[in-house]
Amino acid sequence: MTAEAPLLHARALCFSRQEERVFGPLDFKVAAGDIVLVEGDNGSGKTTLMRILTGILHVDEGTLELEGKPLRNIDAAGRIVFLGHQLGLKADLSPLENLRVAEGLAGRRDGVDAMAVLREVGLSGYEDEPVRRLSAGQKKRAALARLMLVPAILWLLDEPYANLDREGIALVNRLVQAHADRGGAALVSSHGTVTFLGGEPRMIRMHA
Amino acid sequence: MTATAGAACAALLRRDLLLAWRRRGDIAMPVLYALIVATLFPFALGPEEALLQRIAGGVILVTVLLAMLLALDAMFRGDIEDGSLEQLLLAPQPLALMLAIRIFAHWVTTALPLIIISPLLAGMLHLPTPVMGVLVVALLLATPLLSLIGAILVALTAGTRRSGMLLALMLLPLCVPVVIFAAGAVAAAQQGLPWVAPIAWLGAALVLALVLAPLACAAALRIALDA
Repeated sequence: MTAEAPLLHARALCFSRQEERVFGPLDFKVAAGDIVLVEGDNGSGKTTLMRILTGILHVDEGTLELEGKPLRNIDAAGRIVFLGHQLGLKADLSPLENLRVAEGLAGRRDGVDAMAVLREVGLSGYEDEPVRRLSAGQKKRAALARLMLVPAILWLLDEPYANLDREGIALVNRLVQAHADRGGAALVSSHGTVTFLGGEPRMIRMHA
Repeated sequence: MTATAGAACAALLRRDLLLAWRRRGDIAMPVLYALIVATLFPFALGPEEALLQRIAGGVILVTVLLAMLLALDAMFRGDIEDGSLEQLLLAPQPLALMLAIRIFAHWVTTALPLIIISPLLAGMLHLPTPVMGVLVVALLLATPLLSLIGAILVALTAGTRRSGMLLALMLLPLCVPVVIFAAGAVAAAQQGLPWVAPIAWLGAALVLALVLAPLACAAALRIALDA
């Protein structure tokens, strides 16, 4: 039996914008069950890396493989969930309605439902409030609820801790840990010098 | 539970219609615009019935198409700004199909109200009643065609700021044949000539656009986001 290909495998991954190197070369592997912290200063290319890993941004130099096959957005669809600075929530819809859309588009993990995940992220009582009336932290929580709902295996979280209170940070860590325990993998980016994740997570260091 | 294409289409359509309903004022804008333009024509040209009758079909077609242009620019803007488009790209559904649904929803919320009021506008300009049917049929074919062509151009200009001007310039030459055929059908009906041929041309173009536009749109949006 051949060794199973890692979930995500980057070799000499670089990205340049107008001849100027944004980051790289980066080499890393992410296997099922891994939590990887992407750390770097502002402007060091964390968001760019995340967008490349979603397959939305093209691979400039080097190779990037998802389960042994070159990552292309079309094939990766459904395997990856991305939480970026834009949360992908419709401001005129309620958290529950937003989740229903996500559920329709991407499916639902077995054994969870929209109301339960909203309760778990601490949005009980806000299910039917339009997202525009929620605070920045609550919006983030509504977006986190989507992660729990959809059955994607690879979580790409770009600065998930921004706007969250202490309890929210603990929530992110709990969700990521639970996802890793289920056999999923997560890449979490942070500009902070302190890591919020418990234990010693793997690190990808980006340099500006 | 994995998502089926049908469930995804239903969820997306429901979302877009719900969003449109929550912002009803935006739907009313093109309708109001068309109403104002059609009202002003008789004031500017004088209430001479023969003259108004002659120009009624053309005026209404141009008014409706221009009113659609007002809302066209916003087709994907909201989705790009709030990150919904990225979610759509990452969903395990064919992007072209999802975009087809979005274009359909956009047509329902912008063009359909215009088509519904078009007999009223036509009445104001003394268009003979028997011709109204042909006008509505021409609009039913011309407006989705314009939505589909417009969607490609909106997708192409999605990455650029202030894309409105560029969009209008690019859309103009593509609008011309649509207007010619649609107005041709109405004019033919008014003169008692057979009007099926221009309608058939519009129908053929619509079928072609229905198949190709969502694919082109998907490719264009992927390029726009890859920057």
